[in-house]
Amino acid sequence: MAASIDALGQFGLMGGFGGTTGAIGFTNSNEAMLGAAVIITGLFAVGLKARALVPGRTQALVEILYEFVRNMCVDTIGEEGLRFFPLVFTIFAFILLGNLIGLFPYFFAFTSHIAVTLTLALFVFVFSTGVGFYTHGFKFFKFFVPEGVPAWLLPLLVPIEIVSYLSRPVSLSVRLFANMTAGHVMWEVFAGFMLLLTASFGIFGAFASVVPLSLNVALAALELLVAGLQAYVFAILTCLYLHDAGHMH
Amino acid sequence: MDPQSAALIAKDVGAGLATIGVAGAGVGIGNLFGAFVAAVGRNPAARDTMFRDVLLGFALTEAVALYALVIALVILFA
Repeated sequence: MAASIDALGQFGLMGGFGGTTGAIGFTNSNEAMLGAAVIITGLFAVGLKARALVPGRTQALVEILYEFVRNMCVDTIGEEGLRFFPLVFTIFAFILLGNLIGLFPYFFAFTSHIAVTLTLALFVFVFSTGVGFYTHGFKFFKFFVPEGVPAWLLPLLVPIEIVSYLSRPVSLSVRLFANMTAGHVMWEVFAGFMLLLTASFGIFGAFASVVPLSLNVALAALELLVAGLQAYVFAILTCLYLHDAGHMH
Repeated sequence: MDPQSAALIAKDVGAGLATIGVAGAGVGIGNLFGAFVAAVGRNPAARDTMFRDVLLGFALTEAVALYALVIALVILFA
C-alpha cells in the first residue's frame, strides 16, 4: 500500500503572513480572523457610504445582512432583543466569514479548531446565564423547574434539566467545530484518493481520478451551504438562549 | 499479541463502532424533510416561512451525527 492519506495535518498552526510571524505567536488562524474582521468592517464601511434610498449592490448586500440578523433577533427574543443585536450580529458575521474564508485553497478555517468555537460558545453561555441572573436574580433557578410538573417527579427532572443546560456550550461548540472539520477532512481524503489513483495506475489512474474530483466539486457546494447554515444556527441558538434567560420558558 | 498491536486493532474497531451512531441522524433528517414535504403538499403557501425552521432542525439533527464522528476521530487520532 502506498503512503497513507494525512487527513488532519491541514489543521496544524503555522506562522501567519507566510510563516513570518511565527516567533511572536501570530498564527495563520489569527491571520484568518484578522482577515474576517477587516472584510466585514470594510464591507460595511463601503456599503454604507452611499446612503441611497434605493440601494446599489453593495449597500443592498449590507442591508440584507443587517435586516436578516435584526429580524432573527426581534422574532426570537422580542422587541427588547434589540439590545443584544450587536452581539448576535458580531457572532453571526465572524463565524460566517470564518467558515467562508476556509473554503478557499491554502486559506485557513479558524472555526475548525475547538479552541475557537469553545471560546465563542462559552462566551455565549456565560453571557446568557449572566443575563438570566441580572434579569431575575436568584429566581433564575426556577428555570430548571418546568411548569405543571408533579412534585414526585422533580428529583428526577431537575438534574436532567441542569445537565441539559450545562451541555449547551458543549453542543454549540462541537456542532460548529465538527461540521467544519468533517468537511475539510472529506475534501482532503478525496483529494488523497486522486493522488493515490494516479500514483498506483499511472495515466489510467489520472483519468479515473475524475470521479473523486467530481465528488470534491459536489462537496464544495455542500460546504458552501454548511458554512452559511452553521453561522445561522449558531446565531439563532444564541438568540434562543438569550430569550430563555430573559423569559424563562 | 503484544499490547501495542492489540491497542491499534482496538482503535480501528472502536472507531468503526462509533460510526454506527450516524445512522440515527439519517433517520431523523429523513423524517424531518418528509414532514416538510408533506406539510408543503398540504399548504404550498407556507413553504418559505417553514423553510427556515427546517434548516434549523436539519443543522441540529446533523450535529448529533457529528458528535459520533468526533468520538470516532478522537478514538482514531488521540
